[in-house]
Amino acid sequence: MTDQAIMPVPTEALDTQGAIDWLKDKYPEAVQDDTRQGYGGVVVDRSQLTKIAHAIRDDLGYDYLSSATAVDYLGISDHIEMVYHAYRTAGGPPLVFKAQTPRENAEIPSVVSVWPGADFQEREAYDLFGIQFSGHPNLKRILLWEGFDGHPMRKDWQEAYYEEEHKPFESRWPKGWVRRAEELNVFGKNVRYPADLDLSRLTDVSEDSLYKGMGLGVDVQEIVQEGEHIKTDRLIVNMGPHHPSTHGVFRMIAELDGETIEALEPVMGYLHRNHEKIGERNAWLMNIPFTDRLDYISSMGNNMGYVQAVEKLLAQGARYTPPTYRAEVIRVLMVELTRIVNHLWAIGFLLNDLGAFFTPALYAIAEREKVLDFFEATAGSRMMCNYMRFQGVAKDLPERIHSTAVTVNDKVRDYNTMEFLTELINERLPRSIDELDHFLTESEIIKTRAMGVGILPPEMAIAYSAAGPLLRASNVPYDVRRAEPYSIYPELDFDVCVRPNGDVYDRYLIRLDEMRESVRILKQVLQRLEATHGEDIFSGNKAIYMPRVPVGESYGRVENPKGELGFYCVSEGDPKGPQNPWRYHVRAPSFINLTPLGVMCKGHKVADVVVILGSIDIVLGETDR
Amino acid sequence: MSTLDLRELHDTEFPVPADMQNNVAITSLSKIYNWSRRSSLWPMLFGLACCAIEMIATAASRYDFSRFGMEVMRGSPRQSDLMIVSGTVTKKMVVPIVRLYNQMPEPKYVMAMGACASGGGPFKEGYNVVSGIDQYVPVDVYVPGCPPTPQALMYGLISLQKKFDGESLANLDDVPWYGVGPSDAVPIPVLGPDIIDPRQAELIRQQAMLAAQGLPFGRRELPAVAVPQPAVAPVEEKPAIAAASTETAEEIDPEKAARLAKREAALARKRAAKAAAEGNEG
Repeated sequence: MTDQAIMPVPTEALDTQGAIDWLKDKYPEAVQDDTRQGYGGVVVDRSQLTKIAHAIRDDLGYDYLSSATAVDYLGISDHIEMVYHAYRTAGGPPLVFKAQTPRENAEIPSVVSVWPGADFQEREAYDLFGIQFSGHPNLKRILLWEGFDGHPMRKDWQEAYYEEEHKPFESRWPKGWVRRAEELNVFGKNVRYPADLDLSRLTDVSEDSLYKGMGLGVDVQEIVQEGEHIKTDRLIVNMGPHHPSTHGVFRMIAELDGETIEALEPVMGYLHRNHEKIGERNAWLMNIPFTDRLDYISSMGNNMGYVQAVEKLLAQGARYTPPTYRAEVIRVLMVELTRIVNHLWAIGFLLNDLGAFFTPALYAIAEREKVLDFFEATAGSRMMCNYMRFQGVAKDLPERIHSTAVTVNDKVRDYNTMEFLTELINERLPRSIDELDHFLTESEIIKTRAMGVGILPPEMAIAYSAAGPLLRASNVPYDVRRAEPYSIYPELDFDVCVRPNGDVYDRYLIRLDEMRESVRILKQVLQRLEATHGEDIFSGNKAIYMPRVPVGESYGRVENPKGELGFYCVSEGDPKGPQNPWRYHVRAPSFINLTPLGVMCKGHKVADVVVILGSIDIVLGETDR
Repeated sequence: MSTLDLRELHDTEFPVPADMQNNVAITSLSKIYNWSRRSSLWPMLFGLACCAIEMIATAASRYDFSRFGMEVMRGSPRQSDLMIVSGTVTKKMVVPIVRLYNQMPEPKYVMAMGACASGGGPFKEGYNVVSGIDQYVPVDVYVPGCPPTPQALMYGLISLQKKFDGESLANLDDVPWYGVGPSDAVPIPVLGPDIIDPRQAELIRQQAMLAAQGLPFGRRELPAVAVPQPAVAPVEEKPAIAAASTETAEEIDPEKAARLAKREAALARKRAAKAAAEGNEG
């Protein structure tokens, strides 16, 4: 632990309101309460943001920056706002602070010097909102390419397939006639060119700027020239976006000295699917199936995070009733099953990255099929479950699990659901976990390859906003389920797993630990499932499909298998008008966990990069959104 | 791996005595080419998004597509026969995809797996999403689903095998790679202010000229949708629609305009016929 982590925090006893009062006392001109209806936290004068951020971290002890994102209030107050959610690693609610800037020449000081974890998040805000972060060490586009026209998350930026402001659209079949979005565009494609398109510029400049501005301090050209004078070869090596071990369309640019990594920078955006822009046009309910496609290995967890964020907003209204007990039990059942599936997958494919091609993965994901059978029987889909709803879940568990395939063999899958679950949780999953443990943990090859590789010290893990297994393997016992409990977790008996070394091996071990804890939770959930059999899964009289969401903001976060998944939602506007989020932001653990990748890889060999990346366990749907 | 059954290869046109059918097969060159190709189809190890997870599940022990001779997934496009485009194709990613496609040796096949690769899927409206990989490279099989189940993917692969069976060396439309000279590479898109398909350069140039003259550029409103009127004067309606659609579209792209006009005319005929039928009934 460094000075920063053990620094005495004089005001640690302060709750959030106490912290806000302290800030207002100390900086009376620069800090104001956010008095808008439904909002919380403070608004900070942007000229003093860095100074105040230092005070928030050092004096008030909010050492963990969970989320930093921008909102465009065009037509409401005509400014762009950066919203920061800072937490204490000791637990407790967040301190929310905001900095506002005019829409023209938007500029906000960077807080990367305070929380390095803001690095990628600020780059994303620059990319999508066009905010200049003064003092940012490497400000360039992250999800889109250099040279892209405009900043698409601004409210006045219109898409090529732009049809209407919000969903549901008036009609895609006006008066019974089909209208395809392509037909509105002369190019017949989803493209939009600026009116002053310079045809002489029809060459791809995105790559050049990527290498030049990647903060390596060297130019590609210079290396070639230098190579004649220096004995070691210094190369720039490009891995991805098509690479078998990057877990998707992820790309890394590494500068090598011999085989040693001198610097490494992740390049992403190859799966940027405009989740947030689409989310702003959807009605609230329509975003649930989209959240499935964020972290597509653990879709139930994403559902949970989103419904929690929206329920927080709904709770400010009059007609809200919290989900029933059985609904919460089912949610936890689904989420913990998802966690096991995800970790099985992560371990299997970590072994793939270690060179044990596909055999361990086949063993690891064998039991996954059983869990997916259960998901399919309950929610209707193997992967994209779209299962949770506001104030409840979509369906109760079925009495029996049938095969969905209509074949002569449809007796192959026909179980009583509770018996199936009991066998799965008490026998099959523990057996599978023990099997992995037995074959892998003591393996000499794994120990040699994984121990001492990619070490992330605890103070760095906190500073870089690492989350989930990555954070806990670095000896920081921070788990949202305990730090800011939600759902029925307070009444469940489980431990927060933690490992001391912060290397790849510990990240492997902590996934085994967490799976065992999940099994422990699931056993308690089974008892509660039986006790609540037949009770309502929706609170209130019926399922609310199109809720009237009160004006305000909310930040809901859950402990997803890959880390802390947060949803920042803003509801603005006419309660009688279209009901869609004004802002819908995803704090994606896979995205933010990549911030320390370059630091972790430095000094290791090329082959280790793949392993370190595998141990972070990213999924590109969530990284790029 | 299945053992070689010669009866599978045998062409029934040529008689072989029954007792020799296990040892002798007479067949056409096309058939033996197709048979060998379908029996060792090597897909590229290439995952884009969610569908890739189901693709892996299909390769895993429960579904196991090695039963069809497809288990050898290659990381390099130079060793692959089939590119399974498994997931959302973004504008940033379509550039490497086209490059990978060009690097694959012929004969090569493309499968669009899932809604996104087939037509943009749920993300179609997104500013960074390509509405289907078929806008850039030719696709042989589309597999619907979001994501398709392993069963659906396997059905797609079997459909592709059936496509092989129908190919004939005598017909160069079927197998262009046996023609003279190499096939043309697909031009690689350029990431400019938005993605630019070199094949559309002329159209983009025309549009840029329009913009320079201060004329409406890019976005175009469709001619108003004609609502079927209850049989008042269908004859007057017909030329009006056709004229309107050609007027707006002709300055843009004559080919497209002609297509639009043709379609509008067909629609008008249909409406007229319907109106007449309704009139008769009334």
